[in-house]
Amino acid sequence: MITLNINKKTYHIDADPETPLLWVLRDHVGLVGTKFGCGVAQCGACVVHLNGEAVRSCVTKLSRAEGKKVVTIEGLSEKNDHPLQKAWLELDVSQCGYCQAGQIMSAAVLLKENKNPTDQDINDAMAGNICRCGTYLRIREAIHLASELQRKGNGNS
Amino acid sequence: MNKQISIRRNCSSNSRLLIVIGLLSGVIGIMAFTVNYDNGSKVAEKKLLPSLKKDSVTSVKAFQQVYTVLMSARCMNCHPSGNVPLQGDDNHLHTMLPQRGIDGKGVYAMKCANCHQPTNTAGLHTPPGNPNWHLPPANMRMVFQGRTPRQLAKQLIDPKQNGHKDLKKLIAHADDGLVLAGWNPGEGRTLPPMSHAAFKKAWLTWLNTGAYAPAK
Repeated sequence: MITLNINKKTYHIDADPETPLLWVLRDHVGLVGTKFGCGVAQCGACVVHLNGEAVRSCVTKLSRAEGKKVVTIEGLSEKNDHPLQKAWLELDVSQCGYCQAGQIMSAAVLLKENKNPTDQDINDAMAGNICRCGTYLRIREAIHLASELQRKGNGNS
Repeated sequence: MNKQISIRRNCSSNSRLLIVIGLLSGVIGIMAFTVNYDNGSKVAEKKLLPSLKKDSVTSVKAFQQVYTVLMSARCMNCHPSGNVPLQGDDNHLHTMLPQRGIDGKGVYAMKCANCHQPTNTAGLHTPPGNPNWHLPPANMRMVFQGRTPRQLAKQLIDPKQNGHKDLKKLIAHADDGLVLAGWNPGEGRTLPPMSHAAFKKAWLTWLNTGAYAPAK
């Protein structure tokens, strides 16, 4: 039995320590906002926060998450009002939406570490998140908007 | 007669005294030597530095072997000339173009450990792992890519370019966790051109014979 802290709640997980964290989140805990994309850390759809870092949960073993804080898209904000979520809605970023949870979780780490990112900072931070619909320009615009909301204190980060 | 005996006894006593002093000195000397020898670092140094005899021919020959390993994909891919690590036997730029960052561990949502786990991930084309996965830091990039044998040899022994390593640290670096990871690269990846034992032998030979740089 492995104890996890996910979105500020404690879960006791009965699974092999080698199980990918993504499987645990989706199949054991029922948090299906985090998506399976490639399964080999190549696409970014499965990004969650592990002690504040944007790890790829498809290759992160359950054992690595033990004793650490896991945050999924469901736990990013209490009322879906993180500046990124507001900006995403404002600019209607999503097309099919499959990659967006991972995109937002990666962008959240960027904005936590860099309050006013340049286009280059955004490219550097988001280069590992693939969008098959090609919403990259809207993603970049939304990150700038979220950054602005965050700086103005209108966000809930 | 009595006086003679007395003198002989005195002589005998003096001799004994000298013998005892001699023996004691010997014992103290042995103890001192033992204490010195038991000093951990000195023992390690003696083992690691069997001969510090300068020999440019042997040294250069050993470095040529070392060079083939350092220029292999398993070593060079994390010692790129730019700020993006390399991948594959053809040393192409790492997909997703992750950046070195200040500490060599990536930036923002693109930090090495986000994908590279403490151990290799199973399967082909999955991220290899190590608990300390990183590139050299931005202020000491330790570039291998594009270096000639001479350039690389000189760089490796320059503390201003090698991560502030002295001879002892350079020797120890042969067994560094990330260096060893080159010989456990995960499925489907080519190993360096010789075993780690052979590499270490060549590395130590190069260093212990004077760390000479090849002519070119």
